[in-house]
Amino acid sequence: MIQRTDNPVVEIHDLTVSYYKKPVLWDINLCLPQGKVIGIIGPNGAGKSTLLKAIMGLVIPDNGYIKLFGKSLDEVRKQVSYVPQKESVDWDFPASVLDVVVMGRYAQLGLFQRPKKLDQEKALECLNKVSMAPLAHRQIAQLSGGQQQRVFLARALAQEAQLYLMDEPFVGVDVATEKMIIDLLQTMAREGKTIIVVHHDLQSAAHYFDWSMLLNMRTVAVGPTQDVLTPALLQETYGGKLTILSKINDLLKEQEVSPRELT
Amino acid sequence: MQQALAEFFSFSDPNIRYVLLGTLLLTGSAAMIGSFALLRKKVLVGDAVAHAVLPGVCLAFIITGTKHPVPLSLGASITGWLALVSIDQITNRSKIKEDTAIALVLSVTFGLGILLLTAIQHTGNAEQVGLSNFLFGKAAALVSDDLKTLALLGLMLIIIVLLFFKEFTLVAFDKAFAQASGLPVRRLELLLTSLTVLAIVVGIRAVGILLMAVMLITPPAAARFWTNHLPTMVLLAAVLGMIAGLAGSFVSYIAPAMPTGPWIVMTISVVAYGSFLLAPRRGLLARRIRQRKHQKKTLTENILKLFYELGVTEGSVGTKRTLYDLLKSRSMPTSRLVAGLKRLQKHKMLQQEGLGWRLTAAGSRKGKEISQRHHLWKLYLTQHLKTEADHTHEDAESIEHIITPELAEELRGLVKLPVTGKSTTQHTHWTFEGAGQGQPVKTPAGE
Repeated sequence: MIQRTDNPVVEIHDLTVSYYKKPVLWDINLCLPQGKVIGIIGPNGAGKSTLLKAIMGLVIPDNGYIKLFGKSLDEVRKQVSYVPQKESVDWDFPASVLDVVVMGRYAQLGLFQRPKKLDQEKALECLNKVSMAPLAHRQIAQLSGGQQQRVFLARALAQEAQLYLMDEPFVGVDVATEKMIIDLLQTMAREGKTIIVVHHDLQSAAHYFDWSMLLNMRTVAVGPTQDVLTPALLQETYGGKLTILSKINDLLKEQEVSPRELT
Repeated sequence: MQQALAEFFSFSDPNIRYVLLGTLLLTGSAAMIGSFALLRKKVLVGDAVAHAVLPGVCLAFIITGTKHPVPLSLGASITGWLALVSIDQITNRSKIKEDTAIALVLSVTFGLGILLLTAIQHTGNAEQVGLSNFLFGKAAALVSDDLKTLALLGLMLIIIVLLFFKEFTLVAFDKAFAQASGLPVRRLELLLTSLTVLAIVVGIRAVGILLMAVMLITPPAAARFWTNHLPTMVLLAAVLGMIAGLAGSFVSYIAPAMPTGPWIVMTISVVAYGSFLLAPRRGLLARRIRQRKHQKKTLTENILKLFYELGVTEGSVGTKRTLYDLLKSRSMPTSRLVAGLKRLQKHKMLQQEGLGWRLTAAGSRKGKEISQRHHLWKLYLTQHLKTEADHTHEDAESIEHIITPELAEELRGLVKLPVTGKSTTQHTHWTFEGAGQGQPVKTPAGE
């Protein structure tokens, strides 16, 4: 089931991505509406993070195209904010909480421009939204998992974007942080911002997201959460029906063949 | 020696000034760019590049027949660059991991370099004398022509690092985010690696090929111990590198036969190991002192708690107790117990009378506080974490020493305090089983 939508914020057409010739995403098609909190849900290895990376241009697709606000990524990059998995960085880096949040302003600043007082104030404002302002001058090495995620979220807020892509923001955080983040995301959605969240906990997904996408190397379903998180569709996503697809992927890797014939 | 020192540091000799300025710029710039290599975890690549410049230097000499710094630096940069590209290609296109690729490239290029160097030495070309200085570095052998070129390159390096400081920081901390926010990450990484090659090419004249990697790695590694602020760290790395450079060029001045590189490296290594031992907070010594402090605190708190709980059990907290009384209830090494008692007496928590000690008012308050923390933690474990009651004691024994007053307050709000019938004495506003009614708990020694 793939629900269509008018004026989609994200439109993906026939997207295929592979790592070292092994396809991880097959023919992804979807349209996502504005002003919603949208969950990308699927089992381990379903390609959830890869989908976000493809949208952000961090991996090069073999095939297909992605449009954001009807345009290419480069035209609207300042409208888009990416929150990587917090495990992807070394938290022993010599920086304070405020330093990291100010990094969210770097792209706006442009080359050779130093962050100014205004950027610091913006950063503090964003830290305040995630209740981290009192820890602004703390070393990032001293943060807990939940605090690290809040800092990443504040850095994304500092970008003042319209579309947010968040990779597993609820992994390794405490309950209070999880609650705070989802409340904040829902508030942002009401303000017209679109938030796409990679998530793997089915139980909370039903409560958290306005829209959901079920993904397991291909699009199983996209649409309003209550229409998507049905037993039949979940069975299709998490059940064993994909073994043939994985076998094909392994074969492709073994033969070092591209999933698209080179023409 | 003293005369040499005075002569050297008066900087009256223009040669000394040149050599000094040159070495300072070389070592300082290498340390700055090395800081980013360290944060990006790319230091070993620097070592490979340093070794790979030797064939470039030799080839440039064979082709031009002179030791002019421009062609030699150019040759060095080219082979250094090729080494980088080879490491990248090997890692990306085969199953060989980066560390293996680095080792492969390093050994091959350096082998080739030594081969060429030996061949040049056998040609009998008079110009080649001094070419082997590239191996271990000789600051004093630098003539003003070389220095002008090298100092200019060093200065350029420092300026570029300062210009791109913000971008390099973001790339080093979070590459994916940098790329997603639209920074030209690929080009910035290219610039960073090119600057690393340049720093090496410039630095080998003073430090030598074999030890050049140390000048990239050691100053920032030492600086990291002293600060958590990146600009400070980079600046400090540069200063430490310069101090080593200064020491090296001084040695080179008083003993011209001595290679400079090893002296520079020895100096910076002493600084680095010193930082490792002595730096506040992150240093080994500071960590040991913190541990000792905590051990002492644990011991004195345990003694106070023992006094207090014995008192509560017997109904009189102020009772005088001898060593024997104490050891009967809680076994611990006598020498440690005595040391702890003396410390408590000094802090006016205990009062000595003849062969025994008794709690002062302050000691009694403190003992009660610790005893309460112990029981708060036990209650928290049983009520909130569903730990079985007979498993909570050991935990509480260590946690009671780290709970802060604020945390204790928070715990008080969280747990349900058991209601006891006989909490009328002034020292037991509230008591728990184990502290109030039960026997004082015997704990094995060794915490």
